[in-house]
Amino acid sequence: MNKAGERLYNGIIKENPTLVLMLGMCPTLAVTTSAINGLGMGLTTTVVLALSNAIISLLRKIIPDKVRIPAFIVIIASFVTIVELLLEGFIPSLYSALGLYIPLIVVNCIILGRAESYAYKNPVIPSLFDGIGMGLGFTCSLTIIGLVREIIGAGEAFGFSVMPDSYIPVSIFVMAPGAFFVLAVLVAIQNKVKIEGEKKGKDMSKIGSGCSEDCMNCGESGCSARKFYDNSEKAETPETKKAAEEVSADE
Amino acid sequence: MSELIIIALGSALVSNVVLSQFLGLCPFLGVSKKTNTAAGMGTAVIFVITLASFVAAIIYNYVLEPLGLDYLKTIVFILVIAALVQFVEMFLKKFMPSLYEALGVYLPLITTNCAVLGVALNNVQDSYGILKSVVNGFATAVGFTIAIVILAGIREKIEYNDIPAPFKGMPIVLVTAGLMAIAFCGFSGLL
Repeated sequence: MNKAGERLYNGIIKENPTLVLMLGMCPTLAVTTSAINGLGMGLTTTVVLALSNAIISLLRKIIPDKVRIPAFIVIIASFVTIVELLLEGFIPSLYSALGLYIPLIVVNCIILGRAESYAYKNPVIPSLFDGIGMGLGFTCSLTIIGLVREIIGAGEAFGFSVMPDSYIPVSIFVMAPGAFFVLAVLVAIQNKVKIEGEKKGKDMSKIGSGCSEDCMNCGESGCSARKFYDNSEKAETPETKKAAEEVSADE
Repeated sequence: MSELIIIALGSALVSNVVLSQFLGLCPFLGVSKKTNTAAGMGTAVIFVITLASFVAAIIYNYVLEPLGLDYLKTIVFILVIAALVQFVEMFLKKFMPSLYEALGVYLPLITTNCAVLGVALNNVQDSYGILKSVVNGFATAVGFTIAIVILAGIREKIEYNDIPAPFKGMPIVLVTAGLMAIAFCGFSGLL
């Protein structure tokens, strides 16, 4: 398989950001009230992710290591602003449905995580396809979650009625609590797969390796390490290290 | 005055930042195993969000809006907040070591947490002035603290229960959060 195809496969199936890595949970829960909203959010994120990955990869030799995080944030935030303005102009219905969650794409773990762990270290074309793959993986999972919530909570799929007339929608599923329940079942299934896989001796370390389990140690995803100015040498002084260890021991 | 109270109640309880808006889920799920760490995280969040909404409101009302640079708000806010939090961290480390000891480990985690940016953007969207922004920020963060401390309290008890293997860990916490969200739905009759 060539490099681009491999990145797509990796993003959609092998390291699916939502279903495998458990990244970007805020938008996942908030906008999946219907399949179409999930799809819209997923595609919006895909555009930002692919473009920011490509640009960061282009500039990776120019951006100084110490201020890379603010540089990433500026690049990502610029694309988010562009996409936000485009949506407002051309798809106002989606713009008003997603609302606050469009600008919040900036702080989506997935985007900064991919910038840090892939785009900053790899050439442009693979980075672009990594972004597209990860974005499509995110889109697929958001659409599936949205579809499940919409079918159970409103008896509809993509706005079309699919359940028999006698079906009474469980409207809690399109409300906030439903998002938690759907995600809980999803993670339980994921755990089941992980337990079965480990029994067969497969490598399951990627599953759930995002930051939702443990905020303190989510190095790769970039959640805990979003420092404006990376003073990592200073940060590793004995006191802070000890304090951090204490907290993670507490956890 | 009554308007301020309505804003405060609204963002602390009715539209709770984690349980109904899903902002700041990462620390909510990740730092809620023990009540005292949860309370520490809550305090740090109150501190950062209140400060960040104050600074963001000043910048928006006195710089961005008069200059017609409204569309730059996302970029400006995120950079200002990230820089501010790191500055606060350095300041505390140097001048208030005891406070730094209590909050220091949590600060990097909330640097660009979506709750912080979310509150700042929300303030702009609802065209709150500076005072209202600060009140809204503070109340939102209090709502976060209430939710995370309650969740931590429940999780301490869950620890000793017999849970089906696939539901151990995150899933049972999410179910708990869902039940809490249902309870918080009850507040919607408040206003």
